[in-house]
Amino acid sequence: MALSYLRSSSSRSANLLRPLSSAASLRRPISTDTTPITIETSVPFTSHQCEAPSRSVETNPSELLTFFRDMALMRRMEIAADSLYKAKLIRGFCHLYDGQEAVAVGMEAAITKKDCIITAYRDHCTFVGRGGTLLEVFAELMGRQAGCSKGKGGSMHFYKKDSNFYGGHGIVGAQVPLGCGLAFAQKYSKDESVTFALYGDGAANQGQLFEALNISALWDLPAILVCENNHYGMGTAEWRAAKSPAYYKRGDYVPGLKVDGMDALAVKQACKFAKEHALKNGPIILEMDTYRYHGHSMSDPGSTYRTRDEISGVRQERDPIERVRKLILSHDLATEKELKDIEKEVRKEVDDAIAQAKESPMPEPSELFSNVYAKGLGAESFGADRKELRATLA
Amino acid sequence: MATGFHGVGAAVAALSSSPSNSFDSKKLLCSPRRSFPVRKGASFVADRSDGSVNLDLNPKARRAQQLIVNAVANKADSSPASSSSKPGHELLLFEALREGLEEEMDRDPRVCVMGEDVGHYGGSYKVTRGLAEKFGDLRVLDTPIAENSFTGMGIGAAMTGLRPVVEGMNMGFLLLAFNQISNNCGMLHYTSGGQFTIPIVIRGPGGVGRQLGAEHSQRLESYFQSIPGIQMVACSTPYNAKGLMKAAIRSENPVILFEHVLLYNLKERIPDEDYICNLEEAEMVRPGEHVTILTYSRMRYHVMQAAKTLVNKGYDPEVIDIRSLKPFDLHTIGNSVKKTHRVLIVEECMRTGGIGASLTAAITENFHDYLDTPIMCLSSQDVPTPYAGTLEEWTVVQPAQIVTAVEQLCK
Repeated sequence: MALSYLRSSSSRSANLLRPLSSAASLRRPISTDTTPITIETSVPFTSHQCEAPSRSVETNPSELLTFFRDMALMRRMEIAADSLYKAKLIRGFCHLYDGQEAVAVGMEAAITKKDCIITAYRDHCTFVGRGGTLLEVFAELMGRQAGCSKGKGGSMHFYKKDSNFYGGHGIVGAQVPLGCGLAFAQKYSKDESVTFALYGDGAANQGQLFEALNISALWDLPAILVCENNHYGMGTAEWRAAKSPAYYKRGDYVPGLKVDGMDALAVKQACKFAKEHALKNGPIILEMDTYRYHGHSMSDPGSTYRTRDEISGVRQERDPIERVRKLILSHDLATEKELKDIEKEVRKEVDDAIAQAKESPMPEPSELFSNVYAKGLGAESFGADRKELRATLA
Repeated sequence: MATGFHGVGAAVAALSSSPSNSFDSKKLLCSPRRSFPVRKGASFVADRSDGSVNLDLNPKARRAQQLIVNAVANKADSSPASSSSKPGHELLLFEALREGLEEEMDRDPRVCVMGEDVGHYGGSYKVTRGLAEKFGDLRVLDTPIAENSFTGMGIGAAMTGLRPVVEGMNMGFLLLAFNQISNNCGMLHYTSGGQFTIPIVIRGPGGVGRQLGAEHSQRLESYFQSIPGIQMVACSTPYNAKGLMKAAIRSENPVILFEHVLLYNLKERIPDEDYICNLEEAEMVRPGEHVTILTYSRMRYHVMQAAKTLVNKGYDPEVIDIRSLKPFDLHTIGNSVKKTHRVLIVEECMRTGGIGASLTAAITENFHDYLDTPIMCLSSQDVPTPYAGTLEEWTVVQPAQIVTAVEQLCK
């Protein structure tokens, strides 16, 4: 950001001599520039049982640059996780979110930290969007003490209670009833906030979703069910798993909206609309049309059920970061170089966090028995041989 | 003896003609009632028109019920726990549960109840009768028949700090919610590194009833016992029912409270003052010297009945109602084993993988040196509970078998 300062001040004197038409290149520092800009989403919204919101989204340079930075950070983080997994520092399951960053980032822009988000196992970026630090992410992925769940949860169990991020769940679809429970609690305490319960196109076929939707509609809960439709449930394409892949219509009596999930501004608009709707009229379904570049998880190459052309095609045409980059450049909000600098900065941040996370120690053996019960029951716990691991739970 | 039975009969008769029942029928008239929920009914006998719901009172069972009541009357006489210096008040077990629940809902506005027919209907076993009128629809919630999702919702609400009490109309139905109970309820405190506590109470009746059929006679404590992170308790008297209900609601851990279909109409005098029962403690029902009999829930009454016979024969059994099914109160149990050196476990779970199996292992591991003879475990047969009355009787442990077992242990 300092660079833009220098550039504008040095060019200001030169600009005074130029025709007024290029006075537009006089810029204030981008990070605090909040002059509203209106941008049209590339694809209109499709609605079911409701009126679609307008295609024109209000934003400002600061927000667009935040989008760019956050998405670049998330992208970098996921790529780094990929390398760490291949280096066997991350074990087990690792589900990467690259390609879908716009959903996490657009959603955050429309809501506050009082609203709750709950998602499934592809949760690294959502966690970061809720305010989680890179150190917490990498330490948890590597099973270290500095992780957000003290190393005991792993990739699929990220939580951040103080910013109302409820995880992080391994069983497909089970988080949706939990999310409706969060919405119930919000209605119970009357605090005018909403819950976003995210699930995938694979989970959309779970019965408990419809059960939860029925109860939410019945009790008018402020629940927003967001289907992150990346078109593949692990290796099964959506048309092979769902008779009706129009997930936004599946609510039947519950209104739905289909959104271009690769466009952060469209996501922001849809979430804003959904929040207003949910607070007044009860549940609504959002279907985010998005795409993941990686396979389902690190053990899935991702190319046996889809062609490489498809993946690179989406990357070229619809990549969320590129879209924001083009927007920023075309509106002259930053230069090519500044954006590259941001990416370099972000890369360094990620590398530093990884180094720091590697320093963090593994959990103590007694941690095996902590947090099983709240205020463990005054009992003694032993390992299997009754000699090794012992803990007295106070 | 006769008075005890009469008491229960009178109480039940009172139920059929009480004003609350006529209130109920008004409710029934206004709310659309679907046809009788046979899938989830108990052995309802009363006619539907007045809305009264009398449970397990077919004449055939009355004789057997008389036996259970005997044990209650005896126990009330001898146990210091249930009678206090103050006179107290008499009530039935389901009323004790309701009292506990109501007191906790009064005390803490975050306590709410969700389950099928708990609100307007008053609860299929009347445990929540009157609560919806008092606390409103947002605190006593009638859910659709969707155990998986409403248990999940209860857990989600508990993550934010609410304290829901989820009722399974019959414990067997909670099998549909097993994923939520195991993965989310039990494990979230651990996998979130301690960020979330799940102060939920999951309760409901289970156990073998009066010819309810295999699917409605399940003992879920054996399936749930391995889930790390939950606590399980089983109530058996009005006194400990109220106490355990209150303690479970106040606990920060998820607690599963097992009630028994046949014990809801037990009558006892309980103290007026506020009290709770320790969730992890076992109850000494009858101190003795010769043999330790460990039991819980309905089998306690079979054991007490057998105890009368044993006393007449000259034995002195020590009867402990373990109450806490997870974790076991090895302190109380251990002290007893060290005294008597013989253990008999009488449970209603099936032989394979039941609470008795785990308890046998736990006692053997910890107190092997104090045992004079191998532990004996009497459990239900490893069969689906048959419908026919005689077969059902043979499925569960009967007092005569307990007497024989003790005689064998003490040989």
